[in-house]
Amino acid sequence: MARKLSEMEAERIKRKNRANWLLSMPAILLLLFAASGPLLIVIVYSFLTPGNYGGILWEFSGEAWFKVLFAQDIFDDTISLSDAHLSIFWRSVQLSFLTTLICLILGFPTAYFIATRPPKTRNIWLFLITIPFWTNLLIRTFAILELIRNKGVINNSLISLGIINEPINMLYTDMAIVIGMTYVYLPLMVLPIYAAMERFDFRYVEAGFDLYASRFKVMRRIILPIIKPGVIAGSILVFVPSLGAYVTPRILGGGKNLMIGNLIELQFGQGKNWPLGAALAVTMLLIVLLALIFYMRISQRSEQKDAQ
Amino acid sequence: MLNRLFWKKREFSVTYQFGFATIALICFFALYAPISTLVFYSFNAGNNLMLWEGFSFQWYVEASKNELVQEAAIRSLIIAVCASLISTLVATMAALGTTRTAPFKGQKLIFIMINQPLMVPEIVTAVALLIFFAIIKTFTNYYGLGYLITAHAAFCVPFAYLPIKARLDGMDLSMETAAGDLYATPFVVFRRITLPLLWPGILAGAMLSFVISLDDVIITEFVKTAGQDTLPTYMLGQLRRVITPEINAISSVLLAVSLVVVTIFFLFTRKRY
Repeated sequence: MARKLSEMEAERIKRKNRANWLLSMPAILLLLFAASGPLLIVIVYSFLTPGNYGGILWEFSGEAWFKVLFAQDIFDDTISLSDAHLSIFWRSVQLSFLTTLICLILGFPTAYFIATRPPKTRNIWLFLITIPFWTNLLIRTFAILELIRNKGVINNSLISLGIINEPINMLYTDMAIVIGMTYVYLPLMVLPIYAAMERFDFRYVEAGFDLYASRFKVMRRIILPIIKPGVIAGSILVFVPSLGAYVTPRILGGGKNLMIGNLIELQFGQGKNWPLGAALAVTMLLIVLLALIFYMRISQRSEQKDAQ
Repeated sequence: MLNRLFWKKREFSVTYQFGFATIALICFFALYAPISTLVFYSFNAGNNLMLWEGFSFQWYVEASKNELVQEAAIRSLIIAVCASLISTLVATMAALGTTRTAPFKGQKLIFIMINQPLMVPEIVTAVALLIFFAIIKTFTNYYGLGYLITAHAAFCVPFAYLPIKARLDGMDLSMETAAGDLYATPFVVFRRITLPLLWPGILAGAMLSFVISLDDVIITEFVKTAGQDTLPTYMLGQLRRVITPEINAISSVLLAVSLVVVTIFFLFTRKRY
């Protein structure tokens, strides 16, 4: 009898599992069709031969992957590291890193500020930080463009105040891209830090003060170690989209200051080298995956520490 | 100075950190100043972007008369409505299947699948869809809005899923169990109990996906065929040419739509914060 019951229970669980999968199926199929599945095709395309007018020819070729890192001289066929591609990769990583850093420096105090408000006003501050997050990325970039243009608000007011005579050239520089990306992605840094901060128990801080810690020491030895997962999550959330940024560098960087996203787009537009574009896209995906794995490792380690 | 204003002056504040409030307030200012300037200049009477020549609705009128803008706006709305309906439907089902249940085989895989659009850079997905849909187009000869709707529906799924899942996580099974004990069929339990309780989550999910779809630039830019501009891609195209305050006017309208939808969303989910 007991055995029969356990069999019935197993049967019930099995049926429930099947129902769970069936319910999830439409979402999975949709995502397989229009999100995950096509990524596999990109990998396939990166190993094919480019067609003459865009598109591909169904012939295997490793050339695209070779071109990601190396360049062949047109005249004497010498092979060298592709300066153009490498410098764009390097610049993208640098700019994304710088953006993440600035977002952290600005975002951490902001999250801390929101989390230490009384509960009633806290929601309002939180709402204020969420609003820009949900508004159009293109519009926010465009707003920055209008501010920093040579005839933009900042330059105009500086000139009319008599501080400068000539407009400061800010647009179409790396700095413009960093300003734009910081502006656009700052909420992504604040929100996860706030989420970690919200659960923080300030009695620890009180205990620290009781033991004669300074404010700085309280921050460094008590608050920061506990908030660390939030800080890392925020950094990843800013770094990943910065690395994949396309709109911001296109608008604020002009034609010259490319990032990987623009380089990829170029291969599908003017460059008409789809396999190279596919190979570059896969490369970007790999970098992002590395960042995510790094993040999971760290968060797992801190979870283990908590468990101990 | 600023600290004095915003930190309650007490004998000793446990939470005080030097300069934090100042940086935070600067951040809030910096987040809103550019958008406010943009909206402000949309009411400019002159056609110079940054020279204030008086108040007028001229550019709003101009934008609403522009046929390209009209078409793009209608297209944006059609895509956003269809995509958010589809993504909310599949996300609701998925949320019902993955929450309030004992851990089951493949649950993690489903989570990763659903959240995948949040992890992969948009440009990579855009390129992938460009290639994939180009293949489909050669086979089917179909060039309609279906591609854009499908693509939008897919990347909206995680945004619809998260609030619905959050709502479900906060509901225990006692009501459903009680109804079951009173001989309600599973369908009746779902219709009369689960659905009404879940409704705010579903609406919140639908609104988020609507805003996300309405704002999308990159994937739309790659997937659209000629003449299928949405408002954001139309604006992106205009930015290459001479910019007039018309762009500001369109931006302001889009901002207002996002603001309204997100505010409603916030009111719906407020209890959770």
